Amino acid sequence: MALLEVDNLTVTFKTAAGPFVALDGISYRVDHREVLAIVGESGSGKSVAMLAIMGLLPSSATVRADRVLFEGHDMLAMTPRQRRQIIGKDIAMIFQEPMASLNPCFTVGYQIEEVLRYHMGMGRRARRTRAIELLDEVHIADPASRSRSFPHQMSGGQCQRAMIAMAIACRPKLLIADEPTTALDVTIQKQILELLLQLQAEEGMGMIIITHDMGVVAETADRVVVQYKGRKMEEASVLNLFESPRSPYTRGLLAALPENATGDRLPVVGDFVAADGVAPA
Amino acid sequence: MLRFLVSRLALIVPTFFGITVVAFLFPRLLRGDPVLLLAGERGVTPERYEQLVHQFGFDRPLVIQYLDYVWGLLGGDFGTSIATKNPVLYDFFSLFPATLELSFFAIAFAIIIGIPAGIIAAVRRGSLFDQAAMGVALVGYSMPIFWWGLLLVVVFSGMLGWTPIDGRINVRYFFDSVTGFMTIDALISGQRGAFSDAVRHLILPTIVLGTIPLAVIARQTRSAMLEVLGEDYVRTARAKGLPPRRVIGIHALRNALIPVVTTIGLQTGLLMGGAILTEHVFSWPGIGKWLLDSISSRDYPVVQGSLIIIALIVMLVNLLVDVLYGLINPGIRHRG
Ligand SMILES: Nc1ncnc2c1ncn2[C@@H]1O[C@H](COP(=O)(O)OP(=O)(O)OP(=O)(O)O)[C@@H](O)[C@H]1O
Ligand SMILES: [Mg+2]
Repeated sequence: MALLEVDNLTVTFKTAAGPFVALDGISYRVDHREVLAIVGESGSGKSVAMLAIMGLLPSSATVRADRVLFEGHDMLAMTPRQRRQIIGKDIAMIFQEPMASLNPCFTVGYQIEEVLRYHMGMGRRARRTRAIELLDEVHIADPASRSRSFPHQMSGGQCQRAMIAMAIACRPKLLIADEPTTALDVTIQKQILELLLQLQAEEGMGMIIITHDMGVVAETADRVVVQYKGRKMEEASVLNLFESPRSPYTRGLLAALPENATGDRLPVVGDFVAADGVAPA
Repeated sequence: MLRFLVSRLALIVPTFFGITVVAFLFPRLLRGDPVLLLAGERGVTPERYEQLVHQFGFDRPLVIQYLDYVWGLLGGDFGTSIATKNPVLYDFFSLFPATLELSFFAIAFAIIIGIPAGIIAAVRRGSLFDQAAMGVALVGYSMPIFWWGLLLVVVFSGMLGWTPIDGRINVRYFFDSVTGFMTIDALISGQRGAFSDAVRHLILPTIVLGTIPLAVIARQTRSAMLEVLGEDYVRTARAKGLPPRRVIGIHALRNALIPVVTTIGLQTGLLMGGAILTEHVFSWPGIGKWLLDSISSRDYPVVQGSLIIIALIVMLVNLLVDVLYGLINPGIRHRG
């Protein structure tokens, strides 16, 4: 049984200009201990898909799918209360803007402890100790005093580490990282990716990593889904994808990698659905 | 935090002196002889007049007079009421608790109803509740206090007889003033029915004085919540699997409260204006009524003194709000 199995997921937003189809029948599958990368340009529905799985889309969204199974349990059929027992615990998520994703009014320690309190029922003292351990696990220096810091007192990289500490607090089976490094400096990006991979290997988590960056895909993923305008263009193992990309869109993405660029201009990825009439994979 | 406080205090000092200038010039700007106005005496003989001019120091240069006046203020000398012959400050302290009690109830009323209403309206944006609450708030916001007070008195005291017409407590009850707060003193007195009578007297004035702050707080809470509910950290709180009451009541509200507390503070500062009218409608013996009465009886030392004191109260309330704002907003606390 797969860890996560999403079949034919469709998300439609009610907007002032009429219904907007953000996801058009997309399917994903993540196995235990597997790292799936989802790539695709801005607006291709990567975040919407993850939020739909977590049940976090606003009420203006209509989510339909043949099934969204996590460890065999149908996430869409669950009551909100049942879903809340899974998200934050067995499925955890980290976001693109680490600074904005932490609540400015509470200390980092408090925000980590919250997860321990609600999902593990841990007592005050045990929570505090565990929160500091977790900060240590994500390599934050001086974790005890950092746990008393507010987000604005930390750097973006440290905030993302704290978010990761929060996400792994209950030893999740699936970690969803939505562009976890996009907002960070290049050197910090590398450190955060290394941390995620190290934790993924140690904990044996399944992981979905969303990125624009083919370089990140190459370094982290086992399998890749290439997404475009709410549809899946291609799905392949990382090796196959880089060696023999099937869809022209993917070829475009790969050509856009800096090391493949010819001359001093980067190639641009065009509108492939319209231009080539490529059917989604 | 300390620097923050000092900078705020530094703002208060010039404002205070500005107001003392206004208060100082006040009797001198009015038509009529300030000497006679301040003396409040009738049929003054020329000798007595000279004596008064000297007594008030009007024969000295204006600047000296002003400095003398301010020096007196700093020493707590706000002059003597012509009507009661008491020091102005003494009368102030005996009347202030009534205003404080009314203001406290009015703001508490506005907060206890306004914040939850604003939260529910934001969470159920566009719902019937939201539309109804915001419609009512719009009306309440522009409610003329005087008219509103009279309307409530006519309906609830006059026609229905549910609430007393004026005053703080029925004359049936008599006890010494300990704290000056009628509700507390009534409890202390132990007299049967005194407390509930004091509360019944508070109901209409509280509603009248609390209506505008209630409307403003409800609207501010709603808009602050709407803004905060779209923030990334609220999504994070949801993604953690926290129950909605925690996501909304702790994570969102804690941030939304920052502008709301400012609003509450501003409204508390503005409360004095409404209190003057409310106290007038309900014959509430507080400093608002004191000020109005002193104007109509031309008790100028009281007019001057109450003006300065009320201005001071407003400034202190605003200072308090700034401090509170710093306390609930860690960003400011650490920078400041
Ligand atoms: N609440 C919403 N209401 C209406 N449309 C939305 C909403 N959220 C997302 N969308 C639309 O859905 C589409 C997909 O958005 P999504 O955020 O999933 O893109 P993405 O692939 O994550 O892009 P990025 O790489 O920029 O994060 C976009 O066109 C976006 O405008
Ligand atoms: Mg996104």
